[in-house]
Amino acid sequence: MPGRELLGVEGLTKYFPVKKRLFLSRARSFIHAVDDVTFTVHEGEIFGLVGESGCGKTTTGKLLVKLYEPTCGSIHLDGQDVIQIRRGARLREFRRRVQMIFQDPYESLNPRMTIFDIVAEPLAVQGVRSLVEREERVADMLSKVGLTPPETFMFRYPHELSGGQRQRVAIARAMVLGPEFVVADEPTSMLDVSIRAGVMKLLLELREVLNVSYLYITHDLAVARYMCDRLAVMYLGKVVEVGPTEEVIQEPLHPYTRALIAAVPVPDPTYRREPVEIKGDISAPIDPPSYCRFLPRCPIGDVTCESSPHPSLKEVRAGHFVACHRL
Amino acid sequence: MALLDVGHLTMHYTTKMGDVHAVDDVSFEIDAGEAIGLVGESGCGKTSVAMSLMKLLPDNARILGGKIVFDGLDLVPLPEDEVRKIRWKGISMVFQAAMNSLNPVYRVGDQIIEAIQQHLPLSIEEARAKVAKLYTLVGMDPKLMDRYPHEYSGGMKQRAVIAMALACDPKMIIADEPTTALDVIVQDRILHRIDEIRKELNMAMMYISHDIAVIAEVSDVIGVMYAGRLVELADTVTIFKRPVHPYTIALMSAFPSIKGEKRPLVHLPGEPPDLLNPPQGCRFHPRCRYATAVCQEQVPQYRELEPGHYVACWNPQRKGGVDARA
Repeated sequence: MPGRELLGVEGLTKYFPVKKRLFLSRARSFIHAVDDVTFTVHEGEIFGLVGESGCGKTTTGKLLVKLYEPTCGSIHLDGQDVIQIRRGARLREFRRRVQMIFQDPYESLNPRMTIFDIVAEPLAVQGVRSLVEREERVADMLSKVGLTPPETFMFRYPHELSGGQRQRVAIARAMVLGPEFVVADEPTSMLDVSIRAGVMKLLLELREVLNVSYLYITHDLAVARYMCDRLAVMYLGKVVEVGPTEEVIQEPLHPYTRALIAAVPVPDPTYRREPVEIKGDISAPIDPPSYCRFLPRCPIGDVTCESSPHPSLKEVRAGHFVACHRL
Repeated sequence: MALLDVGHLTMHYTTKMGDVHAVDDVSFEIDAGEAIGLVGESGCGKTSVAMSLMKLLPDNARILGGKIVFDGLDLVPLPEDEVRKIRWKGISMVFQAAMNSLNPVYRVGDQIIEAIQQHLPLSIEEARAKVAKLYTLVGMDPKLMDRYPHEYSGGMKQRAVIAMALACDPKMIIADEPTTALDVIVQDRILHRIDEIRKELNMAMMYISHDIAVIAEVSDVIGVMYAGRLVELADTVTIFKRPVHPYTIALMSAFPSIKGEKRPLVHLPGEPPDLLNPPQGCRFHPRCRYATAVCQEQVPQYRELEPGHYVACWNPQRKGGVDARA
């Protein structure tokens, strides 16, 4: 299934300054939101990013679509340096190729715009002048996302639609330009169970029909299991484990991944989960120590972990990488 | 006799656009020490049932019929000052998004003390000692009671709110989505703690959630709600292994799991109905693949299919398990 490499991320890092004193002009502390993250996404692949709130998964997504500028590191799309793109025609071209779907369909759609205006806006920005062509493309996209017949939706407003329908509109807006790569940030977490499965299936279908790759951001490992080909698990800005989805979920290797997976409730009352082995609580990655970020909570960490720098990812099985000194 | 006996409870909200049929003909019982899980999607009436039991309803809500017999006393006709004696001491509640309900300018401990003093004749010192005990019970250091809410993490706030609900030694606690906003590792700890406390204190519990996996872990009995009605109720294993209501089956089939065979998810077409104008007959019939003519006309009676297994459906499906058809 893996095609050619579409997106390459290397050493991606984003620090946010923390203001400790009101009148201190230069920030002395930084949140290491994303710290030295490296991965690749192949053509037609769904690459999952999982972890708890505050682990840096959304920041990573926003860096990839240029909503944030990275502190350092590189992003390449089809071999082209994304960070060098600043403005004008090149940025517009980048936006045509890379899009994002946001979490909350109640906030991501302008309540004063009709569905047609919402989905047609990217086309207008990209210079599709002909109204007829815009109408055709919007109608076609709305039917592709299951809002059929499109005429009944085009001139309605977001408040007239249910949550599931709104998220389909947001998907249509992201897909209408025919992007190659889409960052989907928790696209189903606001939706009810019976609606959610439909949107998940739609995203999988669109991958085939439109030949699009995704970075799929989620905190829900069960959803990730169904959506993603490969998974990266993040903890406090670092990727701690990457591998094929089923392998990571069924045989997690990093102690954090093991705890995370053990903590997921299983919809089967006869199933007994393994104990969740993790100490303490999650902290914010403000000026983190140089040793392993997970060490304060790690059940297997020892003195060597404390004297060594944060471990880098090692390939422990074919295609399965783990960042841990003890493995 | 059951600790709580809810019979044919019907509650509507009056709005400018008409009556919202939020809870219609809901009946169930809870024994002392038993845990019932109430599951369903947003707007299905789970929280409205809870608020009716606590009689914490907004002005436009009316209980149109039915009974809520708690410990031998029907709460429906009871005046507010009588209900206040039962609230918190008899039934208490952990509210949805409770962690945002702590007052940011008061110390957390003081807020719990205030709740205790409203209901029990204790001095400040006695109440403080009680809070310290409650903190230990929910797994927190009692020293934290003198801190402010912003110094607490999400999980700690949730524990504090649970401690508050336990303050007057209730016979029953209603927990409305208490872990929904929390990360899984914190959720796991809170779920374990709730379960331990419940068994330690032999307290009955009603746990409300949209997440069937969480419900599976905490409940002895599960009730499934759809569009204001209880559609199926049985012990936890039966609900998961042999569900008979088409909606329960659909809910199970749409829910992804990290364990077991990775079967294709089946999605349920359509949307839940508008409760201002609920469909005639069975409220699920427009989305039901097994619907027949009778489903469109007559409301299916909520009946006992086999001992302890209740269902409201004209065509219960006995093959059980999840639906693999896409």
